[in-house]
Amino acid sequence: MIRLFLRDLKLAIRSGGGFGLGLAFFLIVTVLVPFGVGPESGRLAAIAPGILWLGALLACLLSLDRIFALDYEDGSLDLLATAPIPLEGVAAVKAAAHWVTTGLPLTLAAPALGVLLNLPGPAYGWLVVSLAVGTPALSVIGAFGAALTVGLKRGGLLLSLLVLPLYVPTLIFGAETVRRGAEGLDVTTPLLLMAGITLGAVALLPFAAAQALRINLR
Amino acid sequence: MSIWEYANPKKFMTTTAPVLPWMVALSALCLVVGLVWGFFFTPDDYRQGSTVKIIYIHVPSAMMAINIWAMMLVTSLIWLIRRHHVSALAARAAAPVGIAMTLIALVTGAIWGQPMWGTWWAWDPRLTSFLILFLFYLGYVALWEAIDNPDTAADLTSVLCLVGSVFAILSRYAVLFWNQGLHQGASLSLDKEENVADVFWIPLLVCIAGFVLLFIALVLIRTRTEIRARRLHAIRMRQRMG
Repeated sequence: MIRLFLRDLKLAIRSGGGFGLGLAFFLIVTVLVPFGVGPESGRLAAIAPGILWLGALLACLLSLDRIFALDYEDGSLDLLATAPIPLEGVAAVKAAAHWVTTGLPLTLAAPALGVLLNLPGPAYGWLVVSLAVGTPALSVIGAFGAALTVGLKRGGLLLSLLVLPLYVPTLIFGAETVRRGAEGLDVTTPLLLMAGITLGAVALLPFAAAQALRINLR
Repeated sequence: MSIWEYANPKKFMTTTAPVLPWMVALSALCLVVGLVWGFFFTPDDYRQGSTVKIIYIHVPSAMMAINIWAMMLVTSLIWLIRRHHVSALAARAAAPVGIAMTLIALVTGAIWGQPMWGTWWAWDPRLTSFLILFLFYLGYVALWEAIDNPDTAADLTSVLCLVGSVFAILSRYAVLFWNQGLHQGASLSLDKEENVADVFWIPLLVCIAGFVLLFIALVLIRTRTEIRARRLHAIRMRQRMG
């Protein structure tokens, strides 16, 4: 499983595209927002938590179809399915690799983009914490969506339609954490609820993803 | 007699054929009686005036929107566990009806909200969770349409329905946490002291019964159509082979 993890990391970094593309997308979304809503710093500060979370979420969504699609096309997914490691493990490892190549860079880059949106001072710490806690859930949910649509020709658009409603709770709690952090309120409740969603998703969704993969490989 | 017998499509077809016209007639009867009673023979609300009468469409459709998803969850489970083919078809048949019900609830709610709250739409927890439910329905139907192999499609949509149910409930409470809203609490319940007055309550019950029967009739029709379509497909394939 560790080898599979390293292999996925290498593929993501060397094949180009996926790794930096998510970050670039995040940057562009953040840069475009002030053009849409105007440059007043007060208004930007008010919407910054939501925009940053939304941008991270969309950037995450962008690279989801790479989780299984490439392996499905060249047949290595069939090999993985017949390999001695359980398919649930494969799904979990691939989601983890996806998180390391998208969720983690997004988390680290988010404070820099927060400066662009004039995010208030106390919110930076909570932005990083909430993204670090929340993006694993995004990756696992996305892996499930990718497993559902892996056999489809034009699965990309369908994938977003399936996955985005599933992202709603994570987005609500994530953005709420940052917003409360920006206003200096107590952030424990939304942060704990989001951690609960992440843990639940990490524990259960690999099974659903593996089931969907089995059906698609049948 | 058990529901497992009806996994046989032929058995299902012969049993439902005589039931179906009754369902259609009964639902039409209930809807006509309930709506006419509700619209013309109930007093106006002392504050809301006659706008309150939209309740006879709004409440039943909203109830059905949620209950149809629950029914799809049960039929999906039955399909996944026991490979009950008609069950998968029923889930597929129910989904578009669910979309329609959700839309009706949202639209009538907007029409009702405009004079009462002064706005067509508010990001109120109930409204928002209904919108999210609508998105879940859309994704579910889109997945059915996207996959060619019927068994694969049934399997994948069932898995989606299970996961989606968990997340729909999560979203429901997440949204509650996110914003406290305008919508009143439940005014119909079996265990509360205070309820809607009987003058409104009884026609509303008739309307709800009408919507339930309408749903059953529509699902039966759609399932039967789907079975026929598959038979036709099988016949075509056989002719091409022969």
